[in-house]
Amino acid sequence: MTLLYRFYNCTLVRDHALIQDDLWIRNGKIINPEKIFFSEKTRADIEYDCQGALIAPGYIDLQINGAFGHDFSSADEASEEMLIKVAKLLTSHGVTAFVPTIVSSLPETYQEVLPIYKRRAGSAKDGATILGIHIEGPFIAENKRGAHRTDFLRKSECGIEDLKTCYGSFENVSIITLAPELPNMVENVIPELVARHDLVVSLGHSTATLDCGERAILAGARFITHLFNAMLPFHHRDPGLVGLLTTHPLPATTIVYYGLIVDTVHTHSAAVRLAHRVHPHGLVLVTDAVPALGFPDGTYHMGAHEIVVNGKRATIAGTETLCGSIASLAECVQYMRQALLDGETNKEIINEKDSTQFVVESIEAATLHPAQVLHIENQKGTLSFGADADFIFLDKSLNILSTFIAGEQAWTVTDQWSIDNLQTKSSQ
Amino acid sequence: MRLIITKDYSTVSEWGAKYIKKRINDFKPSADRLFILGLPTGSTPIGTYKKLVEFVQAKELSFKYVVTFNMDEYVGLPKDHPESYHSFMWKHLFKHIDIDPNNVHILNGSAPDLIAECEQYEQAIRDHGGIDLFVGGIGPDGHIAFNEPGSSLASRTRIKSLAQDTIAANARFFNNDINQVPKCALTVGVGTVMDAREVMVLISGASKAIALHMAIEAGMNHMWTVSALQNHPKFLCICDEDATLELKVKTVKYFKGLMGVHNKSIEEDNNSS
Repeated sequence: MTLLYRFYNCTLVRDHALIQDDLWIRNGKIINPEKIFFSEKTRADIEYDCQGALIAPGYIDLQINGAFGHDFSSADEASEEMLIKVAKLLTSHGVTAFVPTIVSSLPETYQEVLPIYKRRAGSAKDGATILGIHIEGPFIAENKRGAHRTDFLRKSECGIEDLKTCYGSFENVSIITLAPELPNMVENVIPELVARHDLVVSLGHSTATLDCGERAILAGARFITHLFNAMLPFHHRDPGLVGLLTTHPLPATTIVYYGLIVDTVHTHSAAVRLAHRVHPHGLVLVTDAVPALGFPDGTYHMGAHEIVVNGKRATIAGTETLCGSIASLAECVQYMRQALLDGETNKEIINEKDSTQFVVESIEAATLHPAQVLHIENQKGTLSFGADADFIFLDKSLNILSTFIAGEQAWTVTDQWSIDNLQTKSSQ
Repeated sequence: MRLIITKDYSTVSEWGAKYIKKRINDFKPSADRLFILGLPTGSTPIGTYKKLVEFVQAKELSFKYVVTFNMDEYVGLPKDHPESYHSFMWKHLFKHIDIDPNNVHILNGSAPDLIAECEQYEQAIRDHGGIDLFVGGIGPDGHIAFNEPGSSLASRTRIKSLAQDTIAANARFFNNDINQVPKCALTVGVGTVMDAREVMVLISGASKAIALHMAIEAGMNHMWTVSALQNHPKFLCICDEDATLELKVKTVKYFKGLMGVHNKSIEEDNNSS
């Protein structure tokens, strides 16, 4: 028997606003209670008092290299069990869907690892949904490789064939980061990846000029990998990829999305505000997390590197090069809200904006926007009717209180938020 | 007729809601003896519905044993259209209260056979033993439900063509595009409302002043269909100061003088008749 659930006494993030409304779930989907009332003439089987919590869609991470000690790029570790283990642990960060990311590696690594990380629907039992793989590199610019190993980088002299030789198959891949200035990328590779293999092409680790970036977008690219990092800095006579946030030759209907690591380390809050003010609808929060995410300070593996975690920073052992973040996506949402708050000069409306607009925009950057990048915004990243029932409870400071996947409780911070404790007597 | 004159829209809403609450609670409805309530839509009852919701949330009122019959619904609008009267009632009342969805009756403007739909609605009211309290508003042209000027004062539930004034007044809900406004509606008749054991009409604002004057100070006339209620044994009319602007000073003074008695009828203790 499929039960009808009603979550009440809550505030929802819906239609770009915070609204007082109930959330109705059945069969793991969010449904329209008005239709049920008039057509089926039944009431909820089970009702939950949400104690005034804020309910948002579950967070979606498009770039995460590992977490809780596990490294997605490691062929030794790669297994379905490991992926599910991380998927379950990520629910404590409010993440209900993610794209495991693989850094520049050797062809044998790709050919071993890519077939293992299959797309997978999330559940309370198995954790967050796996939305495909993000292959970041190795077709990137040497000068902007960041933490990627030089000896693993490759060029695309023979166009798409070089990519196929390197990766093997694109079957489980959703997103690819590449440098568009490499040979044949704009003319051959990007159009083929988009049209033939249905991938989201992301520009990053690149020395591309704005002109090259524009041509890449026109060729089908739609995302920028961690804006500001691993690309030319904005220059007023040569805006580089950063200039894509305002660029005019693109059709008005083309939204360029851009990942942003808002962990207070990789991007100055002024830069966050700058990007947000210029192009708020394209902002996608990503963690670019290293395997140390979720772990205390120490030394860990990533790809073929040793990394050192100290406080909020993760660097390549022996250097000062940042190699990814250790802020959870939940923390990134909080940091983004703080960045917007810090930039509000109008003292009279600051409280009102902070309690509504900044909350909505920060949450949408981790839910609606990443879903839009993957063209899944009707199913994920939203509390609209018909969407998958992946949602989270948050308190006023946007700390995660509980995480639900496909309508079932996957994680809760304390017993107080366990659904057994929230359940009220059925009104039948 | 009892005419209650209060200060403003907010007091009209509160008075109306308290009266409904008292009627239902005094009735002590149960599974064997349901309270049958007729309900309107439009801007006037929104404040009353808000107050009723507050009563339910404060556990002072329950709709568990209440059956509702709405007055009207547009023809051709799907139930889930944001401007349908189904959507209106869901949004302003039903989603917030503990009513059983099986006890809710709203005319179906998308029914395959509209005439049969209207006949079945009349039958459903009869099957429930008639309506205990019918709540309504009036239009600026004095219509009750969609019984536009010229409607028979003996009319039953049927399809009505909407008057040009009504369509124009409703355009604001349809993107100000008059072509999108439905041209027909299903409505209870004047006779259907008159059959109720008690009728309460809420009237607020200067735009309703002439209609109120025609309804209670002029004769019964099918051009001002709410005037049929002059013939009802239990007609309660709640209005605010602005709505009395076209009434005789004498009428207003007379009914204001009776407010002491009238206020008793919404007191919580059951002293009033």
